[in-house]
Amino acid sequence: MAQDAAQGVTGRSFGRPGEVPGWVGYALLPLLNLLAALALSGLVILVIGENPLDVLALLVTEAVGYPEAIGYTLYYTTSYIFTGLAVAIAFHCGLFNIGGEGQAYLGGLGAGLVGLALTGWPWPVAALGAVALSALFGAVWAAIPGWLQAKRGSHIVITTIMFNFIAAAVMTYLLVDVLIRPGSQSPETREFDPGVWLPTMDRVLGWAGIAVPASPLNLSFLWALACCALFYLFLWRTRWGYEIRTVGRNERAAVYAGISPARNIILAMAISGALAGFVGVNEIMGVQHRILLNFTGGVGFVGIAVALMGRNHPVGIVLAALLFGVLAQGGGQVSFEYPTVNRELVMVIQGLVILFAGALENLFKPRVEALFRRRGGGHDGGTAHG
Amino acid sequence: MPQLPPALETRGVNKWFGANHANRDVSLAVPKGTIHGVIGENGAGKSTIMSIVYGYLPADGGTILVDGRPVAVRSPRDALAAGIGMVHQHFMLVDPFTVLENVLLGAEGGVTLAAGMARARTELIRLARDYGLEVDLDRPVGELPVGAQQRVEILKALYRGADILILDEPTGVLTPQETDHLFRILRALREQGKTVVIITHKLREIMELTDNVTVMRRGQVVANVATAHTSREELAELMVGRKVLLRVEKAPARPGAPVLEVAGLRVRDGAGVERVKGVGLTVRAGEIVGIAGVSGNGQSELLEALAGMRPLAGGSVRLRGEELANQPDRFTARGLRALGVGHVPEDRQRVGLVTSFEAQECAILGHQGDPAFNGRLLMDRRALFDRCAAEMDAYDVRPRDPRLPAANFSGGNQQKIVLAREMERNPDLLLVGQPTRGVDIGAIEFIHRRLVALRDQGKAILLVSVELDEIRALSDRILVMFDGRLVGEVAPAEADERRLGLMMAGVAEAA
Repeated sequence: MAQDAAQGVTGRSFGRPGEVPGWVGYALLPLLNLLAALALSGLVILVIGENPLDVLALLVTEAVGYPEAIGYTLYYTTSYIFTGLAVAIAFHCGLFNIGGEGQAYLGGLGAGLVGLALTGWPWPVAALGAVALSALFGAVWAAIPGWLQAKRGSHIVITTIMFNFIAAAVMTYLLVDVLIRPGSQSPETREFDPGVWLPTMDRVLGWAGIAVPASPLNLSFLWALACCALFYLFLWRTRWGYEIRTVGRNERAAVYAGISPARNIILAMAISGALAGFVGVNEIMGVQHRILLNFTGGVGFVGIAVALMGRNHPVGIVLAALLFGVLAQGGGQVSFEYPTVNRELVMVIQGLVILFAGALENLFKPRVEALFRRRGGGHDGGTAHG
Repeated sequence: MPQLPPALETRGVNKWFGANHANRDVSLAVPKGTIHGVIGENGAGKSTIMSIVYGYLPADGGTILVDGRPVAVRSPRDALAAGIGMVHQHFMLVDPFTVLENVLLGAEGGVTLAAGMARARTELIRLARDYGLEVDLDRPVGELPVGAQQRVEILKALYRGADILILDEPTGVLTPQETDHLFRILRALREQGKTVVIITHKLREIMELTDNVTVMRRGQVVANVATAHTSREELAELMVGRKVLLRVEKAPARPGAPVLEVAGLRVRDGAGVERVKGVGLTVRAGEIVGIAGVSGNGQSELLEALAGMRPLAGGSVRLRGEELANQPDRFTARGLRALGVGHVPEDRQRVGLVTSFEAQECAILGHQGDPAFNGRLLMDRRALFDRCAAEMDAYDVRPRDPRLPAANFSGGNQQKIVLAREMERNPDLLLVGQPTRGVDIGAIEFIHRRLVALRDQGKAILLVSVELDEIRALSDRILVMFDGRLVGEVAPAEADERRLGLMMAGVAEAA
């Protein structure tokens, strides 16, 4: 009996369904958290001596104010969607995949090898090959920590972090000693045959007769959106997704249901790694057209924030990835314009968004929900339970 | 002589959990020096009101009075200062610490332990003598039997100066003998002028022990009566709000061929400790075999092993005559389900359901690969919904909403979702653990009738329960388990409480 009292405090299990409208959780609260983060960021900017409203206006303009900016923003968004989905699917299996960075790095190697090998082939073949091999490399890189977790009990957080370092070391070795363009000083491969480059969005739209300015945004953006749809269908509409979610939510129930936690942990990690690996398609096949050092630049870690803020749901992840895309693109431009608002300060703003959206997720929740309950209250709440 | 104010009184206490009015104008008075029972179904609000009194939960309105004076109880610390102590259903003890250290925890009284220890020892010896609370002060708590651990909890409360002792479902984990011992202690406390409040859903205990009883239903007090002026039947009716059948009506069993034959079964728990030490039993078609025992004597492991959730450490398991123990690929949860074994697990919330899933998703747990719910790639949500809706109709699950998360159903309705899933697959063998734990009386009646009906269809049922009343009411044969072994078999007609109790405590073998 102590138990049901406790349930009433922690879970909302006694609440009547629908008493707090769904959009409160999915839209209003994230918005409030974002506003709080922006308000605090504004204070920081004020302390530095700049006008926060001017800075914010510039940030937004530089991110979404004109077509080229939008292209850049969506290019960042693409990678964030991939890593956000990667973190989310692991999370649905109860795993915290910190290794998106390393998996994306290895995915880039896979995509790049396709780019190097398929000189002279048509780009659609190269694109399919890059998707397949980046997925494979990312999947293997994530499945090893998954296997270690499932079979050996090594904590996934520790092993995935370690695998980020190993990935970095492996890539440095390959680029410095194996794949380097002969005669070159900088550790990167030769440029791929332009015929296999993944077409940029401006080229694709150009074929359709729509003229937009050039930007790094490429076809992988559409693949990212497709991945969101596939993610949803897989997780909520297939028995395999059902099994992964069961393992993530209640491992003992999974055992009861004859679902192997070990198998699903490895499977979820492999899918997670494959999704992170697609960053390589965007960066290597779409933008850099060669394999180079550190092209990931932290997207794996931003993916954690994206998944957190997007509540591990593809729609939320797209929105959160957009937000971080805006911050990345707009923030970068702001640091050009305002010498005082440097790169580090932009990271502070990003950090505040993560803090409010993720760590302080429940800051406004009880009060806002209470507000809605009181408004809808007054009815008989004596639901029988127990 | 002026009337003494009640030791503990609540006036108009209200508590909301979201939209749920968990306590509605709860007013009750506990006279000084009495044992007061609070009964009600799960979710009636009896634990909520006591959690408010003990300062765990803030009330949304109302007053608490101790000895006639209003007190502000904002935390358990305030409650203790007002002389209110509480013994929880799940003990709050540190296993490796000795009894003395546990009692002292949080009341060390000084920088060094030595002085406090000496003081505590003298005081505890006195308390133990006065109230019959014997425990070895220097034994680690983890080594003590459950009954003794409970006495440590009582000592803790008394040592902190509690005059009012609240016990939440204190007998759930005790053998009948331990329960008797507890009741002796509580009576001794009453004789010394202490006030005892006992929260329970067991009518027998109320009748045996208490002076007055408060009945709660749906957050409200529906009756305050002197125990001497009421009866079990009347209390049950007050709790549920309608007449209840306290006995299961069933015809004699007509057992057929053996469905499950187990011999020499040994099972280890996760830590490698052998919990089932050579168990042999047979369950025939058309009979319910009950396994009685104090919880923790290997019944859970036995049931889970037979359901394929735990590897066997040895022994033989035959299903309809076919040996399965030597076929590890078929002796799995998935494989046994395919062979017609249903399993209602003991802990529906942690094992039988995924509480964050929709009811319709829970309704296929274990059957998620069934072609009936799957297309080539995607699941057939329509089939899922229809199946769950049909089961909800048949089992009267409320609310009848297959899309509602399982967590939003009451315990009884959650249990019906699990039972419907397992029983509607028409299993030849049904393994049932604690089918009515935390389920209210009305639903218990329903579940018992369903189990008997399944038996009458010629199915074999193996029932594990710590509720002796349930075992006796349902079983056609009773096996008693103690320390990983079956220590005897009793026919239900001969199974009086005392005899079962002694066997459950490992004292007596079957005659």
